[in-house]
Amino acid sequence: MEDDTPIIYGLEFQARALASQLAESDAVRFLVGTQSLKLSHNQVHVVELNEETGGLSTHVFKHGAGEVWTLAASPSNATLIATCYNTLTAENTCCMQSAIWRLPLQVDGSLDEVSECEGMNDLTSLELVCQLDTESHGQDVKVTCFHPSDGSKAASVVDNKFIIWDLNLGDIAKVVQSGVLEGKGQPRFTTGKWNPHHGCSQFVTANDGHVRSWDLRVSPVRPAWTVENAHCQLVRDLDFNPNKQYYMATCGDDGYSRFWDVRNPSEPAVARADHSHWVWSIRYNHFHDQLVLTSSSDSQVILTSVASISSEPISHMVDDDLNQGDTLPDTPKEKLVDGVLATYDEHEDSVYSVEWSSADPWTFASLSYDGRLVINKVPRADKYMILL
Amino acid sequence: MGESTSSPYDINGQHFNPDMYLHKLLKDCSLEQVMDQQGEIIRDTQALHSDMQTLVYENYNKFISATDTIRKMKSDFKKMEDEMDLLAANMESITSFSEQISCTLQDTRQQITKLSGVHSLLKRLQFLFKLPGKLKVTLQEGHYSQAVQDYIHAQRVLHQYGNMASFQGIQSDCETIVEELKQKLRDQFKSKEASAKELAESVDLLLQLQEPADSLCAEFLAHAETHLCEQLTLLEGLQDQDIIEFVDIGSSGFLSDLCLVVASYNDMFINRPHLHDIQQCDELDSVALSQLGNFVLRNMQHYFNLVGKRVEREQEGGAGDTLVLVRALDRFHRRLQAMNTLFSDTDFARTGTEIVLRAGCRQCHFHLQTLKAHFTDTLTQVRHSLAAPKLISQDGDSSSGLSELLTSLVLATVEKVKGVLQDLLSFCHPDLTFGLKPLFREVFCVDNVREDLVVGFLHYLTATARGFCDSGDSKSPPALLLLLSKMCLEFETSSVHYLLSQTDEWFNIDDRHGSGILTSDVEICTSMRAAAQGLLNHYVRMQGLGVSQMLRKSVETRDWLHTIEPRTVRAVMKRVVEDIAAVDSQVGALYEEGQRAERSSDSSRRTHSASVSRHIYRSNWSSYAPSQLDSSLVTNIQKLFSERIEIFSSVEFSKVSILTGIIKISLKTFLECVRLRTFSRYGLQQIQVDTHYLQLYLWRFVADENLVHFLLDEILGSAVHRCLDPVLMEPSVVEIICERG
Repeated sequence: MEDDTPIIYGLEFQARALASQLAESDAVRFLVGTQSLKLSHNQVHVVELNEETGGLSTHVFKHGAGEVWTLAASPSNATLIATCYNTLTAENTCCMQSAIWRLPLQVDGSLDEVSECEGMNDLTSLELVCQLDTESHGQDVKVTCFHPSDGSKAASVVDNKFIIWDLNLGDIAKVVQSGVLEGKGQPRFTTGKWNPHHGCSQFVTANDGHVRSWDLRVSPVRPAWTVENAHCQLVRDLDFNPNKQYYMATCGDDGYSRFWDVRNPSEPAVARADHSHWVWSIRYNHFHDQLVLTSSSDSQVILTSVASISSEPISHMVDDDLNQGDTLPDTPKEKLVDGVLATYDEHEDSVYSVEWSSADPWTFASLSYDGRLVINKVPRADKYMILL
Repeated sequence: MGESTSSPYDINGQHFNPDMYLHKLLKDCSLEQVMDQQGEIIRDTQALHSDMQTLVYENYNKFISATDTIRKMKSDFKKMEDEMDLLAANMESITSFSEQISCTLQDTRQQITKLSGVHSLLKRLQFLFKLPGKLKVTLQEGHYSQAVQDYIHAQRVLHQYGNMASFQGIQSDCETIVEELKQKLRDQFKSKEASAKELAESVDLLLQLQEPADSLCAEFLAHAETHLCEQLTLLEGLQDQDIIEFVDIGSSGFLSDLCLVVASYNDMFINRPHLHDIQQCDELDSVALSQLGNFVLRNMQHYFNLVGKRVEREQEGGAGDTLVLVRALDRFHRRLQAMNTLFSDTDFARTGTEIVLRAGCRQCHFHLQTLKAHFTDTLTQVRHSLAAPKLISQDGDSSSGLSELLTSLVLATVEKVKGVLQDLLSFCHPDLTFGLKPLFREVFCVDNVREDLVVGFLHYLTATARGFCDSGDSKSPPALLLLLSKMCLEFETSSVHYLLSQTDEWFNIDDRHGSGILTSDVEICTSMRAAAQGLLNHYVRMQGLGVSQMLRKSVETRDWLHTIEPRTVRAVMKRVVEDIAAVDSQVGALYEEGQRAERSSDSSRRTHSASVSRHIYRSNWSSYAPSQLDSSLVTNIQKLFSERIEIFSSVEFSKVSILTGIIKISLKTFLECVRLRTFSRYGLQQIQVDTHYLQLYLWRFVADENLVHFLLDEILGSAVHRCLDPVLMEPSVVEIICERG
């Protein structure tokens, strides 16, 4: 896999749910959930990149319960996924539900034949692990996500609530904790995410333009900190710097990506407006947190460097330079500076999600609404600049 | 003549040759003539002869008488000789007599001489003895100079004979009196009421009395200083006085006194006519000069401080009258320049110029503040007037109001700047003494007026305008953004250039030093344009956001699954069109129409009237819409050929471009919102009606109606995708609904 050309995988349905198989650290594998109102036709694709050949191998599973809005992979079990999906009730009303599923993967390679099967009905269905009972909490399930390290815990964001589940009990998920945001004008969460730092004791939610962190250690959860008006319009997504606590990235409908030191919520540490429409997704690279991906409904994916607030400080490199000053006086190391590193415009429709691979720090996938999955790599020049 | 005289034929000539004459006569003349000649000659000879005889006779007589006379004289002399002898004898006796007399009188004469000597001595002694009394009297009468003259007169004698007892008395008396005199003089010297002239007199006298000059210098200066200090404190007390009066008082009081002091000091201590010892004098001179220098410097410093403070105070209050200030400063400076002739070594005019410069700088600064305040005020006014008519009339006059507001804003600002410049121009009046100094011109005109004031203000304008973009939230009304953007643009096109050139012209600034010092108008224009662009972009985003919010709410809050069959266009769509029309008129008041893209490759369509073209277009579109059911192919193909639409992109300075920007943002929001919902058949049909309605009314606002078409297409396409039972309405029904609504 020497060239940087993007690899494109087309789905036959529209799609907006994308996840990286977190528990898998060897294969570059992405999960895609489709969105079709022919509810029983919906699928979850497992797309694996063969890094040697640059080819893709895919497994398609049936997600007959409904169209997938969000999809999350368990960090501890490669076969477990959580989806939020839209389904029809008996009264012909849509309703959002969430469930944990198991991919019927037995052994690598043995499933190739399965994926070859043509026709909807021949597809293997996902195995339902447990249905999350969200209906008692609200109607609109925004997202269900796993605890960053403990695979037995998950959280769902429903309306103005978030619920922490204990999944240990098999087919019934038990509510461990829940938090409610009260306020005038019926506030609704748009998304939520665990904070991977501080022993994962915080769950962070976004509603409108605000971001709020909840302390899970106390029994009625209470806000730990808030970033009021992080964006002047909706906050679409947020992500935490995996290596540097207190640092968080948000993106929203104002077209901005903002990077916060949550200890100073009044002002972003870095703000960028590189997209020409709403930014739907923002992701820190798991290994090199100066690399940040954003995807936008201007159908672009942008790779940005925020080296100035990364965990690999420039000063450290300067020190190295000083030490090596005698040996390499004529080759000052080029530093990665803040700014756009690359713009990927292989998509033709709004790109609602982007994910780094959990296995290869330089590979990422982006999914546009028209069902086009594009797997790209960080430009080699930038890669070397970080590595060398 | 020589010839005739030397002619041998001239009978009266010297070289007469009788033979030649005879020869010639005989040769030339006839006998008769010869005879006549002979007769003539004989007559002549006879006449001559008789003449000679008479002469001889006469002379003989004379000779005889002479001889007689001589004889007589001989006898006379003998007599005289005797008398002479007698005279000699007499003289001799006289001499002996006189000798005898002088011998006898000599004693007496000597005595008389002695006596007269004694007399004069006595007279002098008397003067001396009387001196103390006289001195006292003159002292009492106040004729100090007389007393000093007298004393100096007597002083030498007293010195010489000082060892004699009697003189010692006198001397000591005199000295005490003189001491008293000195004391008095010093008193006079020290007394506060003494005028400078009196002072000068006393010092002169004291100097004559051999007082040590340097201590006198010091004392004189100390005294003068107390006097000047009084003047200064007086001045300090007059801080509230009118500044011109203040400067006048300062000039006439302090400065002229100082000049007088210095002049008399120079006369007394430096240019003294009597020089005893040259070396000593030089030494003294240098000491005196340095003392004077220090003194003057100190006092001037104080004075400058005072004036500086006063000027500052004058300006502190804010609306100081520049004309008055300038006049005061001019008087101040003029006086200082006059003083410069007195002091060659220190350039007080320079310090004065610096004070004037500081004042000018402060004035500029102050004016900048006023300008800023004025601008802020105008902005608030504009804000108010923007807010006010909206309450009364939603649209209508607001457009003409906007352009009026704009012109008033621009004009008011430009006029204000001009006014300020004119005000400051009084600093550069050619009559002013400091106005022509290159130092002043350079610093004041270039640095203060042009760079700090004008350029600074323009930068402030840009920064303020930019500030509205950064503040992000919708605190400022969009119309204000639009107005400011246009204002920046107006400034960019004309006002910046006008103001700068006006400044350069009025203040005679020419950029001959190269472009290093002066900020070029290009630079300012660029930033102005950038600000205008930023504001406009912000405006578009704000307006787009406003419409977006409406659309978003309308999509998000509706239950699309349980909606009835559409009968009308939803009110929100009408509202959207209304709002955009309002924005259109708002923008139209300030911005040009701008270029529209050709509507399509079909050129014949452009010849039709707008309504016809719309009609064709509409039918074109509607017929295409139902086939959307299996449409992703069509959309994708269309996407392949259409350019990527940048939503939050920069707009041009034209109405259509601005409107296009707003509509793009709105429709894109619509699209994204539709994609997040699920529709029933009727929900989809409602969207179909709505998009059709928008298509009917929005195309006229944009540069390229294909864009609207494309976006609405996307919306409908997405709605079809998100529909559980995708059945579209009959286009004709849609049309009817839309036309009815």
